[in-house]
Amino acid sequence: MNQIKILNHGLLTLVQDGGRYGYQQFGVPVSGVMDSFAHRIANILVGNDENEAVLEMTIVGPHIEFENDCVIAITGGDLLPIVNEAPIPMWESIYIKEGDRLSFRYMKSGCRSYIAFSGGIDVEVVMRSKSTYIKGKIGGHEGRPLKIGDVLKIGKPKENLHKLKGRIVPPKYIPKFTNTIDVRIVLGPQNEYFTEKGIKTFLSSPYAVTNECDRMGFRLEGETIEHVSGGDIISDGIALGAIQIPGHGKPIIMMADRQATGGYTKIGNVIRSDLYKIAQAKPGDQIRFSEISVKEAQQILKEVEAKIIAIKQECVAREIVSTKQFHLKINGKSYEVKVEEVK
Amino acid sequence: MYEEMKYLTAGEQAIVIEFGNEISEAINSKVRAMMIAIDKKNIDGIVEMTPTYRSLMVHYNPLKIDYDSILKQLKDLENQLDYIEIPRPTVIEIPTAYGNEFGPDIENVAKHNGLTVEEVIKIHTAKEYLIYMLGFTPGFPYLGGMDEKIATPRLKTPRTKISGGSVGIAGSQTGIYPIDSPGGWQLIGKTPLKLYDAYRDTPILLQAGNYIKFVAIEEKEYVKIEEAIKNNHYKYNTYPKEMEVK
Repeated sequence: MNQIKILNHGLLTLVQDGGRYGYQQFGVPVSGVMDSFAHRIANILVGNDENEAVLEMTIVGPHIEFENDCVIAITGGDLLPIVNEAPIPMWESIYIKEGDRLSFRYMKSGCRSYIAFSGGIDVEVVMRSKSTYIKGKIGGHEGRPLKIGDVLKIGKPKENLHKLKGRIVPPKYIPKFTNTIDVRIVLGPQNEYFTEKGIKTFLSSPYAVTNECDRMGFRLEGETIEHVSGGDIISDGIALGAIQIPGHGKPIIMMADRQATGGYTKIGNVIRSDLYKIAQAKPGDQIRFSEISVKEAQQILKEVEAKIIAIKQECVAREIVSTKQFHLKINGKSYEVKVEEVK
Repeated sequence: MYEEMKYLTAGEQAIVIEFGNEISEAINSKVRAMMIAIDKKNIDGIVEMTPTYRSLMVHYNPLKIDYDSILKQLKDLENQLDYIEIPRPTVIEIPTAYGNEFGPDIENVAKHNGLTVEEVIKIHTAKEYLIYMLGFTPGFPYLGGMDEKIATPRLKTPRTKISGGSVGIAGSQTGIYPIDSPGGWQLIGKTPLKLYDAYRDTPILLQAGNYIKFVAIEEKEYVKIEEAIKNNHYKYNTYPKEMEVK
């Protein structure tokens, strides 16, 4: 059995997959990765199912020792990964040898990074998902964030490890994380609970991410959004990315670990395709909301899906057929050159 | 109840069907009926549904079914709703040991309402309570219909830990804590049933739209049931809800 050892756990390192669906009617949060795009691409790079569990790291990365050869990929926010002493690139498949140590320097951009392991993370499926739901103490590794000394089992890769080498996401597809964020939203379900002025305020003023931002939700600070008469409703369902406005008039964006139901007015909903921007936002970042229609949002979702399919095709097409190494001498200096022939 | 259901947008992956803007059994039964009808129709692309007091959130995958199509299908179903057979809700019995260490606040409740402990138990076990929705924590039932005669304000100082299975009263609401959690409810009893067990085939015992009925048991019975649940051979007592003819 392949495994990895956690030498240091970082700030918050969690096993997450696409989420625990089917239990919201019973009051169980969906959980799952915050940045779904980064998660899916990481799995594609190592030849896994796109929904396979990965490690989600927040701001400070862990130290990991590999007890076997493995192919990994790191995506999402740039945590400046290092294997042994040497920096390694993000958004590429990386061949790791038995005994190698993976660590991270610091968060250069974004807020959350993902490591996918060829073969996936072999933890128990609890209520149809491997995702860690911390409050419910279920899923992932013992229902909790990883800590020093934990050992995680890695599954059997679907493909020969050497065939996974050389998978690279073309730069044009790699998202850039900035401190000012434009987010598209669809109004509703309770937009009628706001005055015209309230809606205008929401769509025209910037909102800053506060320190209270976690996997449950992001509290924002900015101009007060005016209700017609208060921010309370009879509790109803909360969709991923819902923008709650309680009585105090400041937005809270509901994220992966949100409660399934709640009693505050929701002015709008961040479109799924822009949720990764929130997942990668840090305290102090400025968010601006703009309105689009449901149909436009669904069209954008289709385009993102097409993009993921294109990335997958380009990655897999780059399979390395053969590798040759040369020893070159130019102007008296020696160079080791590796030439990889791609399909 | 609204004359016409409202279809509200909750992003591009969910629609909320709203039936009214108050908490009532009639509205909640519509939510349940619509959920069962949608389930029966097996619409491709529906991921799951969240029923609440007076609305039903339908989560869908827009890559499989777009907004216009799902809206049309839901509205068609709404029109047929009166002709679709909806099974009667189920009542599940909740065996509960009242008082003593199981319900340390039962005397507060009795004193507050000028009743004896026996009267509190009699009133609490008399009714079938509708499960309006589940939420807050996994498997927590929002129950309706408790008799005002035993209504009691929350504790002034909440407890830091209430063990799972505790039955309590907060204002004119009654409820059961599914898992250990802090809280300010007046605890009147405890059930050995597990409302939530992630590793069970049916992780959550209760379902929105059904009813529960508390049944008073002695400590001996409590221990017996607890043992049966542990060994996986407890048989739940359920029966179909008698519906009033309107």
